[in-house]
Amino acid sequence: MNAIAPVGINPSAFLDRGEGAGNAARRKAADYLRTVGLPRAGVEAWKYTSLRALADVSFTDAPRDVDAGAVDTLLAEVETISGLGAGASRAVFVNGRFDAGRSRLPQGVKVAAFDPASELRDGIDPAGDVTTALNTVLADDGLALVVPAGVDAGCLLLVSIGLAGEDAPVSFHPQHRIVVEKGGRLAVLDAAVGRGYYLHNPLYDITVEEGGYLSHARIQAEGKKALHLAVSHARVASRGVYDSFTLTLGASLSRHEVHAGLNAPGASVHVNGAQLLAGHQHGDLTSVITHAAPDCISRQTVKNVLADHARGVFQGKIHVERIAQKTDGYQMNQALLLSDTAEIDAKPELEIYADDVKCSHGATVGALDDDQLFYLRSRGIPNEAARSILIRAFLHDVVDQIDDARLKDSLNLAVEAWWKREVA
Amino acid sequence: MPAVAETRKTVETLGQNTYKWGFETDIEMDIAPKGLNEDTIRLISSRKNEPEWLLEWRLKAYRSWLEMREPTWAKVHYPPIDYQDVHYYAAPRKKPGPKSLEEVDPELLRTYEKLGIPLHEQAMLAGVELPEGEEARPPVAVDAVFDSVSVATTFRKTLQEAGVIFCPISEAVQEHPELVRKYLGSVVPVTDNFYAALNAAVFTDGSFVFVPKGVRCPMELSTYFRINARNTGQFERTLIIVEDGASVSYLEGCTAPMRDENQLHAAVVELVAMEDASIKYSTVQNWYPGDENGRGGIYNFVTKRGACRGARSKISWTQVETGSAITWKYPSCILQGEGSVGEFYSVAVTNNHQQADTGTKMIHIGRNTRSTIIAKTISAGQSDSTYRGLVRMMPKASGSRNFTQCDSLLIGDRCGAHTVPYIENRNMSARVEHEATTSKISEDQLFYCRQRGLSEEDAVGLIVNGFCKDVLKELPMEFAVEAQKLLQISLEGSVG
Repeated sequence: MNAIAPVGINPSAFLDRGEGAGNAARRKAADYLRTVGLPRAGVEAWKYTSLRALADVSFTDAPRDVDAGAVDTLLAEVETISGLGAGASRAVFVNGRFDAGRSRLPQGVKVAAFDPASELRDGIDPAGDVTTALNTVLADDGLALVVPAGVDAGCLLLVSIGLAGEDAPVSFHPQHRIVVEKGGRLAVLDAAVGRGYYLHNPLYDITVEEGGYLSHARIQAEGKKALHLAVSHARVASRGVYDSFTLTLGASLSRHEVHAGLNAPGASVHVNGAQLLAGHQHGDLTSVITHAAPDCISRQTVKNVLADHARGVFQGKIHVERIAQKTDGYQMNQALLLSDTAEIDAKPELEIYADDVKCSHGATVGALDDDQLFYLRSRGIPNEAARSILIRAFLHDVVDQIDDARLKDSLNLAVEAWWKREVA
Repeated sequence: MPAVAETRKTVETLGQNTYKWGFETDIEMDIAPKGLNEDTIRLISSRKNEPEWLLEWRLKAYRSWLEMREPTWAKVHYPPIDYQDVHYYAAPRKKPGPKSLEEVDPELLRTYEKLGIPLHEQAMLAGVELPEGEEARPPVAVDAVFDSVSVATTFRKTLQEAGVIFCPISEAVQEHPELVRKYLGSVVPVTDNFYAALNAAVFTDGSFVFVPKGVRCPMELSTYFRINARNTGQFERTLIIVEDGASVSYLEGCTAPMRDENQLHAAVVELVAMEDASIKYSTVQNWYPGDENGRGGIYNFVTKRGACRGARSKISWTQVETGSAITWKYPSCILQGEGSVGEFYSVAVTNNHQQADTGTKMIHIGRNTRSTIIAKTISAGQSDSTYRGLVRMMPKASGSRNFTQCDSLLIGDRCGAHTVPYIENRNMSARVEHEATTSKISEDQLFYCRQRGLSEEDAVGLIVNGFCKDVLKELPMEFAVEAQKLLQISLEGSVG
């Protein structure tokens, strides 16, 4: 109704770096950022997450030359977290750039070099949201992978390693494109780790064609000072499945925005996640699941475990278009507060324009149940052990949602490691 | 199901002549010129013979309103409103009080009749004395707001004996200025939002209720709101104060005449409940929703808020929203007192091109506060209906609880139903639970009713009333009956 005033943070430091690489999408994204700025609080889509952390800071290009020893240490860390050893196929990105030497791509897939002139696939608006626009303006590398029709490409470890100093902030903006063709299969375990003061802003452009199957688990275990702004755009065709999971453990400020489109009958998506936050961490999981065809299924379970002064945000929208009759959508959002200074903000949203649908959502927020604690204590289990059992049971329930056994094991390992490090 | 399609077609051809209360009363009016500026506000204030502080208060509100922008976050769409194209004051011409019903303006009586007000209450509304000893049931007191000025207030004597003050707010300003000054704007500050600021600047009348310590109000208090003159925005201001240990039940019912131009309505309701006090506020809102093409209808931008100031106080909102072209309304509770309770029960029905964005806010500040939200949304035709609600647990709200249930029912495939809950928790021991579902009337339910001989429309009426039962049972009995009828009338022409 009213024209949008540029109320956000001035993005010119980012825009100046993105100049020169100008295709239409980049220009559109830059114009959008120039108009709306980077969001402060008050913008509805960013109601609970402010990018104030980006104000008055100039992020520069991430260095290409980094300490090889540090990279190997972090890579070993990923192998430990994920349980996927040196034998697994993997694609390694260091400060947003492909590291061919440390990568071993799976057999039977097509990999292309990143082309900065190429645009995102149809249906992704480079100016649709801030995270996408920021990536579009600055992307200069990424994985471009195609799983050919009928090929089961196994499991791929996609690693991002960020290495920066403590004071001068850098940023990198990789753009990953994954296409699973008709009947193809792929499992991706995506792990982000790092050290120092950096902004990691990855974009995932995902297409699952007819009958294709993509499992995509993300373990975000960035360094304590890092900022993480990720966005996934997934489009799923008839009988295709996109089974995704986001485990948020690291970064001081993080947000993962998932836009999943169910574009043909019989498609299904799972947008699950868990955020385990402590200290002064801020984690935001925002998703928009769009049912654009009849007979599609979407499932979403998101759990937050928040200790100390941590703040967890969940915004999940299920949008059912007029045409999407017989939609089956379910969304569950739960949070456990482990301290009196932790905060959860949740906005589960249903936007429904078709009448013959089955959509529901539920949300619960609270502390550990005293009755359950008492039950365990009365059986001789010490307080700390009893709490640990209950919290892990709470998390197990959501990690269990991912179908791929390898990814499930990796997520369980990562949760276990977090538990030992942060709480126990 | 060809039978269904046939029924729908038949019903559609009947058109939307179903707005039972679409009429306009032609009484002489005293109208201020169109437009809003400080002079208009001074005019309103002087017509009402208001003290200086109230004029200042209005002007302060007006000046902050000038700085504010119309909110755009709600899921409602309408052409821009020209706030300078509205009459901000309209009052029926004053005449000496009638001696009997025969002397009352027959137009006014006809209006009451169409509204279904019983004859003896009509007499009282019109200011005619009532013969003694006619009441068998517990009586209902009515403060009728006929356009902007309260025409009459009934049962005042009974209430006076109990110590309850129930009068037009303009009268309260004259007779109980200390109470009005203390509480007016204390729950909804003048700068609260765009529409509340507008209301504070130009409100013309409304109801004032004061229930003193320990008094249980002997009857249910009721206001019939009517929007009547062409192009007069109605800006009602209601203030209800219930002292320690006292209680009151307040009913608000609305109907409006059928007309073409959109009408603006921006009311403010403030409730204050002290220790152990309880307020039950029930609304049936049935303003003109516009015709089947979305022409006309009331724009309803309402700010309703209650403060549970004292320990163990309770505020309960119940609303049945069937009317208005645009509804923007979030009756809220601020739960300050330890162990205070907030409730919100809502049925919102939209048909044709109506748009409703309604819900509640429960702000838990004190320890062990509890709130319950039950919202039922029914969309039909090409309408859009949104539940938008906030539950916020503040850091000191230890042991507090909220339970929210939102259910939406879609009738037809051209409407929309949306649920937007906001949950914010900053206290570990506070619990928030939220559930929401969206569905349509199942073929099984319909079939079950039809094979027992119910017509399609009756079956839908029955199922919809069942869907809303949890809310309707919270209404006072007379209201519940009216509300059930309203649901059925509102959904006529949408069955299928």
